[in-house]
Amino acid sequence: MYPNDYRYTKDHEWIKVSGDTGTIGITDYAQHELGDVVFVEMPAVGTKVSAGKVFGTVESVKAVSEIFAPVSGEVTETNATLTSTPETLNSDPHGGAWLIKIKLANPSELSGLMDAAAYQAFISEKEASA
Amino acid sequence: MRYLPKSTSERREMLDAVGVPSIETLFESIPEQFRLKEPLNLPDAMSEQEIIEYFRARAKENSVGYTSFLGAGVYNHLRSVVTDALIQRGEFLTSYTPYQAEISQGTLQAIFEFQTLMCQLTGMEVANASMWDGSTATTEAVLMAERLTGRHRVVVARSLHPEYRQVLETYTRNLGLRIDEIGFSGTGQVDATRLEDAITSETAAVVVQSPNFFGVLEQMPSLAALAHSRGALLVVSIAEGVSLGAVRPPAEADIVAMEGQSFGLAPSYGGPYAGVIATRDKFVRQMPGRLAGETVDSGGKRGYVLTLATREQHIRREKATSNICTNQALCALAVNIHLCLLGKEGLKELAAQNLAKARFALDELEKIRGVRRAFSGPYFNEFVVEFPRSVKMVNAELLKHKIIGPLPVGSYFSDLTKRGLFCVTETISRTEIERMAEAIRDILSKPI
Repeated sequence: MYPNDYRYTKDHEWIKVSGDTGTIGITDYAQHELGDVVFVEMPAVGTKVSAGKVFGTVESVKAVSEIFAPVSGEVTETNATLTSTPETLNSDPHGGAWLIKIKLANPSELSGLMDAAAYQAFISEKEASA
Repeated sequence: MRYLPKSTSERREMLDAVGVPSIETLFESIPEQFRLKEPLNLPDAMSEQEIIEYFRARAKENSVGYTSFLGAGVYNHLRSVVTDALIQRGEFLTSYTPYQAEISQGTLQAIFEFQTLMCQLTGMEVANASMWDGSTATTEAVLMAERLTGRHRVVVARSLHPEYRQVLETYTRNLGLRIDEIGFSGTGQVDATRLEDAITSETAAVVVQSPNFFGVLEQMPSLAALAHSRGALLVVSIAEGVSLGAVRPPAEADIVAMEGQSFGLAPSYGGPYAGVIATRDKFVRQMPGRLAGETVDSGGKRGYVLTLATREQHIRREKATSNICTNQALCALAVNIHLCLLGKEGLKELAAQNLAKARFALDELEKIRGVRRAFSGPYFNEFVVEFPRSVKMVNAELLKHKIIGPLPVGSYFSDLTKRGLFCVTETISRTEIERMAEAIRDILSKPI
């Protein structure tokens, strides 16, 4: 379910790193909690995002949730398909429904994130306590 | 809300159930020094008879039989008894926030109709369920422009109603918004040359009113082009909605903020009225307030619901798009009913009458020696006239003739003394206009 080469946050975002570029999205757990997604608000290309700070919002039929940047960097690309088909976030959260790509400012921040196994343990614990 | 009577013993029972000795104990979380220790300073209760006497006496203080030429944001228009009869039906009068679509179809449908009418009037694509009034709607439009552009400066026309500007200043005092004001030219319209210099790459919006405070219509296409060329939005504020029966809607605007009072709401000392915010579809998610939408139920039948509510205060708390979550449902309903009674042709006819009467009044006034029109720009039912002496002095004399004269513009603009803002609506007859002009001629012919 959760790709091994991704890193995860406690706010349920993922990041996939290739070279100095990070692709960021929200996890399957997050999309499931949100329900049917109807709108995605993303920053403009060139915006600087900081680790742990809000960079966009995802609106579902029941809530509007903020999306936090896993690490710092500058936005190089946003996923245009989400503007016309936001529901992709429900069907393909770890693939086609990535939100933004950033040029990493400080790759060492990645070490503070969870790997797939740790994230899975984190959400099982969450579900057990819920 | 239901009325729940409670006796002393029932209060005791409830306090015992909660486990507190007295009602005062419930307020202990409020620091001692902020608590009121003595009873409120209110007059003693009156008997029914005394209350009737009291209000009869107050009613006698009302001025009746006066002809008023006051406008400036609040307009005297004819109202139908049908509007009051309908809005006073219990189903409408007592209904509360229609969160539950299952039990609120009538209210939601009325809101949806109101929104539809506001779009048709303003030339916009989406309108909300109403706001408090024109001034707060204008301010909310500015905040919306800030959210949309990420910029924190606005250029506001001095010809925007001075009280609207005050509301904007009060509302944004601690929000880090910079307000630059732009003057007017001899036409009474926004000074386009200075406006061009005032708009920068930091400007979120240009805010104008049309007809403006002086009654003059603005040149919307060129103002929009100027604002858009610098990436700013054009916010158009409309205080006199009836003008939309005669002039093009401000379709070039990005956000239209309007006062709905002219449509079936009595002046009533300044409120309650109904504000309007209308905008383009692509900006809907930054629109404040609530919105009713049309949908289908599980059986495929047409129905109405509050929509985009996920961005509102009751769900998103401090992160809501706006904290103006309420609307003026009953006033908006009155506006809806009034406009439906008027109809498209009725509104046109009404606007034509306002225009014709204002023109006649200005013609009559211009015939008086020493009186001249202050601004040359096109107007609707209001215009500014310059007198050879103080407006307040003229008005004091007019009152003796049971005429409430023009608004002294100098009270708001120190550079525009001796100017009076006249408003002439369909409620004023030709004879009354002639009587007013005659009285002014008479007043001015006498030495001070």
